[in-house]
Amino acid sequence: MDIGIGHFLVLAGVVFTIGVFGIFLNRKNVIVILMSIELMLLAVNINFVAFSAYLNDLTGQVFTMFILTVAAAEAAIGLAILVVFFRNKGSIEVEDISSLKG
Amino acid sequence: MVVQALAFYLFAGILVLSALMVITVRNPVHSVLFLILAFFNAAGLFIMLGAEFVGMILVIVYVGAVAVLFLFVVMMLDIKFHDIRKGSRQYVPIGLAIGGLLLFELYTLYGTWAETLAMKANRAKPVENMSEMSNTEMLGSIMYTDYVLAFQLAGLILLVAMIGAIVLTLRARPGVRKQNIGEQVSRKSEDVLEIVKVSSGSGV
Repeated sequence: MDIGIGHFLVLAGVVFTIGVFGIFLNRKNVIVILMSIELMLLAVNINFVAFSAYLNDLTGQVFTMFILTVAAAEAAIGLAILVVFFRNKGSIEVEDISSLKG
Repeated sequence: MVVQALAFYLFAGILVLSALMVITVRNPVHSVLFLILAFFNAAGLFIMLGAEFVGMILVIVYVGAVAVLFLFVVMMLDIKFHDIRKGSRQYVPIGLAIGGLLLFELYTLYGTWAETLAMKANRAKPVENMSEMSNTEMLGSIMYTDYVLAFQLAGLILLVAMIGAIVLTLRARPGVRKQNIGEQVSRKSEDVLEIVKVSSGSGV
């Protein structure tokens, strides 16, 4: 019943995989794709904090804060782009985001 | 120990379930609410690990800012949600394949991970004054000394994100009456006021 670092690593792996799966499952809705990316970042944060607690090294927690910063900035910019795109096209489907024909 | 294990399985179970709900429910508003639940449970796990400050920051930043931003955008955009999931089933096999491959790779990675001597030494001898200082105090003492440059750069990233979001969503709408303060202040009575002598019996 002892909870070690392995439990947290398995949990983080499962959450990360759910995030990746969510990107494939919601090909039409960019908002849910952004939420899946947040889930993946959360899994990375769980890994960082678990290793930080296990190794008695606070650097992991410091980097968790930086990841939080980047995640917040990414969500803000992503949602702003989404709002502008919806204003121009009237939809948020991924298939419609092909104007650049990359 | 049993209580700790129970708490872990409770938090982890609800975290995984709500993460699954985030990607599978039909309504994005419900997705955001399940995302909030997932973040609360992750904060509980962080507190269990002894990282109180990061757990609290997770609740404040994610639930207080990011999730509310998501909710705001979901409710502001006028999207028809009923046909948005049409044809998404065809991506399930490739999603499962890539997800399973990723999970397998992660477990292989965890399986080969081994503690180095430096890590062992670090585990044997924790940070000095660990028992006297709280988690927040220790984080602050590291963050504002060793990582001060990264901290400042994080602030710069937030500034760039803020300016970027404002510039992206700002638009000049035609036909909106706005107050022009310079015009109002520089307005003089002789420009707008005219005194007309009106003789009785006839109009202006």
